[in-house]
Amino acid sequence: MQPLQVIRSKTVVMASTNIDTDQIIPARFLTVTTKEGLGKELFADWRYDAQGNPNPNFVLNQPQSKGSQVLVAGKNFGCGSSREHAPWALLDFGFRAVISSEIADIFKNNSLKNGLLPVVVDEATHAWLIGNPGADVTIDLSTNTLTLPGERRIAFAIEAFARYGLLNGVDELGYLRSKLADIERYEAARGW
Amino acid sequence: MSARTLFDKVWAAHEVVPETAETPAVLYIDLHLTHEVTSPQAFSQLKSLGLPVRRTDRTLATLDHSTPTRTEQVFGSTPIVMDAAAKQVRAMEQNCADFGVELFGMRDPKRGIVHIIGPELGASQPGFTIVCGDSHTSTHGAFGALAFGIGSTEVGHVFATQCLLQRKPKSFAVNVGGHLKPGVTAKDLILAIIGKVGVSGGTGHVLEYRGAAISALSMEERMTICNMSIEAGARAGMIAPDETTFQYLKGRPRAPSGGDWERSLARWKSLPTDPGARFDASLDIDAASLAPMITYGTNPGMVLPINGAIPLKSGDAVFDKALAYMGFKAGDAMLGKPIDVVFIGSCTNGRLEDLHAAARVLRGRKVAKGVQLLIVPGSQAVKREAEAAGLAQIFLDAGADWRESGCSMCLGMNGDLVGKGKYSVSTSNRNFEGRQGVGARTLLASPYTAAASAVCGRIADPRELL
Repeated sequence: MQPLQVIRSKTVVMASTNIDTDQIIPARFLTVTTKEGLGKELFADWRYDAQGNPNPNFVLNQPQSKGSQVLVAGKNFGCGSSREHAPWALLDFGFRAVISSEIADIFKNNSLKNGLLPVVVDEATHAWLIGNPGADVTIDLSTNTLTLPGERRIAFAIEAFARYGLLNGVDELGYLRSKLADIERYEAARGW
Repeated sequence: MSARTLFDKVWAAHEVVPETAETPAVLYIDLHLTHEVTSPQAFSQLKSLGLPVRRTDRTLATLDHSTPTRTEQVFGSTPIVMDAAAKQVRAMEQNCADFGVELFGMRDPKRGIVHIIGPELGASQPGFTIVCGDSHTSTHGAFGALAFGIGSTEVGHVFATQCLLQRKPKSFAVNVGGHLKPGVTAKDLILAIIGKVGVSGGTGHVLEYRGAAISALSMEERMTICNMSIEAGARAGMIAPDETTFQYLKGRPRAPSGGDWERSLARWKSLPTDPGARFDASLDIDAASLAPMITYGTNPGMVLPINGAIPLKSGDAVFDKALAYMGFKAGDAMLGKPIDVVFIGSCTNGRLEDLHAAARVLRGRKVAKGVQLLIVPGSQAVKREAEAAGLAQIFLDAGADWRESGCSMCLGMNGDLVGKGKYSVSTSNRNFEGRQGVGARTLLASPYTAAASAVCGRIADPRELL
């Protein structure tokens, strides 16, 4: 996992509420046994027609979306299936952060573990972002701030330990393994 | 000690290291269920770090999501038709052999959908923490377990340490008074609850389903309720263990026995929420007010009583998009809409009682011309029991397609697909766009409603056929 501190990007907006992980990556692409290369299947059923040609009306196929690292999505993004293939596909496509007014629990957890930053903002900020696609924003994880054009700074909350992991590019398994003596004591006390 | 909820008690009993402002709790996991789709990357992580699966005795593996349901591909000489699925099945067999994890393989009589086999083996027990790389792990909460879905990275964490790093979610009481009327099932109740809570109303919370209507449910019905907790956005759903729970578990192969049974029982009886315990949120619903429910849109919260009409909403682009996908118009009545496919199965409604319900409607009747009825038992054990009870014969006589167990058309990973633009009345859990195949239009309902609709060839009220 790459350390993550500052993301500067124009946004791509997908305003629909309740975008579920079946849309982010349909189930038929889950027969893989690795994490890599899923970006080409990101939003496959919205992005391509039946013949596999790009749908010109879909935002990710439009020239202004090229190179964007920040996806602004409608409320309750990432609901549904627990498939970690969803953040893997978003990262492989090039996104490094998702901003919404609400992000589903399992998707949020999975994102944090892979270096995709889930940013939950208040309704007013969210409405502004939805209404201003292509806005230049800066997300600074070292200060927990999202900066909108005109130097408008918005604070966002992020779980402290996940934040530490993202800033330093370390995963949680090392920390969990450092607790093995506690785990063994727990098992012994329970006769487990 | 102050009054605690069922969830508080199970959480506290599994804190290896309590949470602080800087660090989440280290939470112990009693049972780790795993399947072929979300585990390969976790096994790869272990391999790259040279780590074993730490507690193989607390790990169970099955094949369910991408496996075929046609008998000749499961038991015959025909190989699995889909190459990618076959590769994933082989990878699971190899990983489980390499790491010493017990796997219910393709031809194992104990194989089935991961959330069906944990309970039927007696492996899912009150007071346990249970996880799986699958969002419908909430099913096991029916036993008074804290059970939730995780991603593949966390699957790796549990493999390596038997623990997860977790912040404690909030609690949410769903109080269900009254009793369900005839023809109205646990599936209708949970769809109504999701309609009320909304698809993100449970985010960050663990639901506890309580009240007279919940206590009156069988274990299989309770599993249907808890199964769909995730569709309200909840982290998990739980029901306090009681005599119904204990009777279900007693004598199952992996349930405690002898002196262990008595000790376990004493512990389980201390789990229900104490009087006066407070919840962070709550909702009241009257079971007696409910009719059979059916979804009309592209998330499980877009749901109606079956004799209702699609609401009128102006200026809601997402609502309009959902109706356009479904080919419906605001104001449309649901009853009488033509259908193409009926799917009875899944971790939501693939248990024996669900098949009994379907058989009650299908006995002596025929599937309407032009409709495909696919019935997929949740496990090989359910399949054997349904055959022994004569249910399978009723299904075959009605013209249904009766298959081997698996997730099948719930998510269409294995090639069991509805077809573009076609309407499917399905007993599964998600009506998302494309969930049952590209362009498929899913209507979620109970086994009664699904069977009645298969017979009528259109959306039908099952109460007229019971």
